[in-house]
Amino acid sequence: MEIDINNLESISGRVRRNILEMVYKAGSGHPGGSLSAVEIMVALYFGILEDRDRFFLSNGHICPALYSVMAEKGLIDKNLLASYTELGSSLQGHPEKTKLKGIENTSGPLGLGLAQAAGFAAIKKGSYIYCMTSDGEHDEGNHWEAVNFAAKYKLSNLIQIVDKNGIQIEGTVEEIMPLGSLKEKYLASDWNVFEIDGHNFDEIFDSTSKARDKKGKPSVILANTVFGKGISFMESNPDWHAKAPNGDEFRKAMEELK
Amino acid sequence: MKSMRGGFGEMLVELGKKNPDIVVLTADLADSTRVKEFAEAFPNRFFQVGVAEQALVTVAAGMAGAGKIPFITSYAVFSPGRTFEQIKVTAALSDLPVKIVGSHAGFGASMYGATHQSLEDIALMRVIPNMVVVSPCDYEEAKKATFAVAENGKPSYLRLARQDSPIITDENSKFEIGKAVILRESKDPQVAIIGCGPVLAEALAAADQLKDIGIEVMVINNHTIKPIDDIAITNAARICGAIVTVEEHQVMGGLGSTVAEVVTQGHIVPMEFVGVKDVFGESAKNYQELWKKFGLTKENITEAVKKVITRKNS
Repeated sequence: MEIDINNLESISGRVRRNILEMVYKAGSGHPGGSLSAVEIMVALYFGILEDRDRFFLSNGHICPALYSVMAEKGLIDKNLLASYTELGSSLQGHPEKTKLKGIENTSGPLGLGLAQAAGFAAIKKGSYIYCMTSDGEHDEGNHWEAVNFAAKYKLSNLIQIVDKNGIQIEGTVEEIMPLGSLKEKYLASDWNVFEIDGHNFDEIFDSTSKARDKKGKPSVILANTVFGKGISFMESNPDWHAKAPNGDEFRKAMEELK
Repeated sequence: MKSMRGGFGEMLVELGKKNPDIVVLTADLADSTRVKEFAEAFPNRFFQVGVAEQALVTVAAGMAGAGKIPFITSYAVFSPGRTFEQIKVTAALSDLPVKIVGSHAGFGASMYGATHQSLEDIALMRVIPNMVVVSPCDYEEAKKATFAVAENGKPSYLRLARQDSPIITDENSKFEIGKAVILRESKDPQVAIIGCGPVLAEALAAADQLKDIGIEVMVINNHTIKPIDDIAITNAARICGAIVTVEEHQVMGGLGSTVAEVVTQGHIVPMEFVGVKDVFGESAKNYQELWKKFGLTKENITEAVKKVITRKNS
């Protein structure tokens, strides 16, 4: 697949603006984590996912990013984005499998996505199954149960990408529940581990390509990202976990995204 | 005397031969939930997830999304006991055909005490949209229920007991999800006893006792708690004019509550509830001791029938 990085960067810019517009219009949503995941999702949908492959989103609250990327890719109608969280919309506040074609797993409640991706990967051995998780949800026991399962069943077609933005609802991951070294934890759990800059397309493509070539173990890509990426007053500020901007903030944010 | 979990395990192997989409997962309880035989017959379709009930449900949901029909087994106290949210979010909300098999339900794990006795599972499962809830009464019915939930395309909860129990149905009795079965008819019944699970054997014994003293009753096996057979229940209320429900479960939220919801919206008659009354279980040598202590015997059912007749006639 021929990849034009400049094109991906301009798509990412549009996705960020979509996210802001959706959250502003809805008066609700999760801008911080949505903005940190943009490059990873753009890379997946515009350069990584093949027909047989599947994407599972575990930290479903960042669905404004997913919906925006799906709209840019033409998988859903762009006009649909304005209906996010509205009564009767297929774009639920947390994504639902039965409401929107292309959503593999209903998600939002944290720690459940990797296990579903692993179950799918255990059946569909001929596909690559990508699963985005957050570092915050590594607090969840269910997640680590899935880590064990994937290693035991040697799910080398399972590639987890952790959006490691360092922020959860009430503060930094370091404050709320320090995770220690995720790299060491995954290595000890018999996973392949990659560490990248999650906003760098070359590194996203390179690490996913290497992960696909690994045999006998599942892979995790620890993608270091910036929470609220692209908007100065949101960056690394936990207040923007689940807050919609007011009019002034929205205009300022859109100005920065020009 | 044979066990329901045994019937389940045998039918699962039969299903495995017929349907390559059947997969089985367990949380370190393959032997006691009777899926060992399936595991030996179909090693590639068996997944041991370890003592990890949350993964048990969520991994299975992923497999169901990939087109499989997963049967997942543990003790009912752990799954659905621990896994309510996983079942709601990953199986039921997506309407995926995950089959949650809760073994040792009721007082079956008698010696292990309250932590291992599941008296709340029907209530937990029946409030979730899309869920089917089935509580068979014996070995034969457990086999049929296993077959039926494998075919129904829905997230389903199958409630099984640990102990060997009397076989009160037979190979040829009809079983259809959502259709209650009349186990005992009589010419002019004064009360309908509606129950589910192995405690129905006590209901039949109570019916015999009552007959001896001139009280005729009807006994209904209401094996499906959801979807509830409101037609059969309303008919029973009309015919008998009084109902006693019997279950090895908390009365609150269980079969009794379900029947009361139907009765109060249809043909209203007095009801009495035989079941566990908002208390925890405890250790005992066997389930019979606990049935006695917590009021689930034929004597308790007989008393409830007499009481409801007094209320009906007052």
